[in-house]
Amino acid sequence: MYAFNYHRPDTLEAAAAALAAAEDGRVMAGGQTLIPTLKQRLASPSDVVDLATVPGLGGVRREGDAIVVGAMVRHAEVAASAEVRAAIPALASLADGIGDPQVRNCGTIGGSIVNADPAADYPAAVVGLGATVRTDRRTIVGDDFFTGLFETALDEGEIVVSVSFPVPRRAAYVKFPNPASRYAVVGVMVADTASGIRVAVTGAGDSVFRVGAMETALAGNFSADAIRNVAVSQDALNEDIHASAEYRAHLVGVMARRAVAAAAG
Amino acid sequence: MSVNVSMNVNGRAVCGEVEDRTLLVEFLRENLRLTGTHVGCDTSQCGACVVHVDGRSVKACTMLAVQAEGAEVTTIEGLAQDGKLHPMQEAFRENHGLQCGFCTPGMVMSALDLVERNPDPSSAEVREWLEGNLCRCTGYHNIVKSILAGASAMRGGS
Repeated sequence: MYAFNYHRPDTLEAAAAALAAAEDGRVMAGGQTLIPTLKQRLASPSDVVDLATVPGLGGVRREGDAIVVGAMVRHAEVAASAEVRAAIPALASLADGIGDPQVRNCGTIGGSIVNADPAADYPAAVVGLGATVRTDRRTIVGDDFFTGLFETALDEGEIVVSVSFPVPRRAAYVKFPNPASRYAVVGVMVADTASGIRVAVTGAGDSVFRVGAMETALAGNFSADAIRNVAVSQDALNEDIHASAEYRAHLVGVMARRAVAAAAG
Repeated sequence: MSVNVSMNVNGRAVCGEVEDRTLLVEFLRENLRLTGTHVGCDTSQCGACVVHVDGRSVKACTMLAVQAEGAEVTTIEGLAQDGKLHPMQEAFRENHGLQCGFCTPGMVMSALDLVERNPDPSSAEVREWLEGNLCRCTGYHNIVKSILAGASAMRGGS
């Protein structure tokens, strides 16, 4: 790990100021991706700004028809939250399937979505449940948040404060996990929401994406059979030692059908 | 840049000078000479470095020492009391839950976090919980047996 200057600001404004003053600053949330990245010297920030002591970034609460999760809420907290389990069990179970217990004890929702790993689970929840992301500057619609491989709509120095998930009528997330890392080879969130059916896929492409043809088919008939014949193109899907693009395209269909069956059941 | 950190480790207030980039596991092993916490993979995968920070099991190779400022840290050395092994340690010994022993401190610390949340886990729940702990010798069978026995002993069972 290259040397850096560590900051532990006590306010959001101080965190933003530390980032702005840094030559090449990085925010640290739970550190579960950032620290391994630093150790491998894949990143060499001049400054690391830890949000651990910034107030207002924690807590899970119900606000009207939505569950609001603070950016620094750890995966284990989301998984165990009575509020989340009652309102959006699919979100609790998604959080419970990330990495391993020690990663879930440190990793945060804010850190996960800002990193925008193509195989991360939370992007499927943000897009699949039609969430909105609140930052220290504005509110970003979930559909607009992820813009590409490890890329988001955040501006330089912008800090995520919370994520608001509208409570769906029913939803389920099913993934085909990489057996070693538990990252999603393919993961699909299917949700029946006030704004319609949403099907969001993570792990398969550069970034999370929706499958419009499945959403249309499910709107008429919310059953696994309704999407049995919806083909997903393998064009532009990820290909690596774990799975070919063709296999990933196939898995999108399988995971989506399982998710629909789980949500409908 | 170097910085002073202070925390409570195994019930003892400790402090030391570290670099901003010093990992918690380096601070424990090199500054405090608590070498029971092992570095296996150094890539956040094997779990040999698991310790408790404020009651939660974490990988000490994936946390900076400065992040543990002011925290309550428990390492494998903090379990035995007055020369008597903790029931979970005793269970690993009784059930031959180790061969080379390298992964054992992490296994024990991880198991204690599980039992804290779920005092009576099933064998399947133990196996699932050990997702973040790798053992290259035992095939896990006796580790699972040890954890079930340790959990039982902690509940006051035989």
